[in-house]
Amino acid sequence: MHEMMVAQSLIETISDEAAKYNAKPVGAIISCGTLNTVNDEALRFAFEAIAKDTPCQGVKLEIEHKPIRARCKDCNRDFPVELSNPVCPKCGSEIFELQPDAPLILEQIEFQTD
Amino acid sequence: MKKIDVGKKILSENEKYAFENILFLTERKKLCLNIISSPGSGKTTILARTINELKDKIKIGVIEGDIQTDIDAERIRATKAPVIQINTEGACHLSAAQISAALKELPVDDLDLIFIENVGNLVCPSAFDLGESGKIVVLSVAEGDDKPAKYPAIFAKSKVMLINKIDLLDGGHVDFDIDRAKADARRLNKEIKIFPISAKTGEGMANWYDWLISSVNKNIF
Repeated sequence: MHEMMVAQSLIETISDEAAKYNAKPVGAIISCGTLNTVNDEALRFAFEAIAKDTPCQGVKLEIEHKPIRARCKDCNRDFPVELSNPVCPKCGSEIFELQPDAPLILEQIEFQTD
Repeated sequence: MKKIDVGKKILSENEKYAFENILFLTERKKLCLNIISSPGSGKTTILARTINELKDKIKIGVIEGDIQTDIDAERIRATKAPVIQINTEGACHLSAAQISAALKELPVDDLDLIFIENVGNLVCPSAFDLGESGKIVVLSVAEGDDKPAKYPAIFAKSKVMLINKIDLLDGGHVDFDIDRAKADARRLNKEIKIFPISAKTGEGMANWYDWLISSVNKNIF
């Protein structure tokens, strides 16, 4: 349900950029990590609900999930972590260092041109 | 169509306040712990007992987060500790801006330690940094030993895991494999400290107090 706050923040940022470029936004790409628990469906629902009557109405969201990565302390392999089975895919070790999770980022906005 | 690369953090507003809170707390050398769990795991009981039993050793203040009511704040007030209640009016987590405002209302200079009791929810609060020194996750045995596996994010991010209500394990009232819960929490978080406790009977609380007192004294989190 915290997707509501994410949607609100997203709409403010996209609206600011739209005003800057004086263009109508039609799409946006956002990316997020694994541990910040963004649910696509909940975010799209929240975004659509709040975007009504704002410059973001009708904007289609594309959401990219970046896996959290870790470095194996036994074989030094850098690998994406499977949360349900966090082991090194190369040597099977469970001793690894978790890398920082990717933050929520508004990567790109697509504007209508005519 | 024209595509513009933006590359802006989405929750930057929350991060801005979280950073302010970090500065506010580190300047004053105050430890601040963000307590996260499901509803009903015993957060408020743990806090009230901790405050009462450490009364002569450390001064504790509390920021209470709930969707509605000040029932929890009343329970803390009974211990005479300073407490600020935040009602989120439906929101499922506390935000850094709310903590920033609450820190200004608490008599922070007179305190050694500030507890933030987050809204009961094992998912959303883990996504919002509040500028705290560390997160503490509480899991009560009645919830089941599979929670660290099912909700990995909060267990991966926490400094301490309190396994509460262990008095229910005596007599087989609940099926909870404590070794499984510990092992699953440690799979993603090798550093996590785990203290099995009963805030009702007091069992195991001494280990948690030792950790708290040494963290306050060392001022290292």
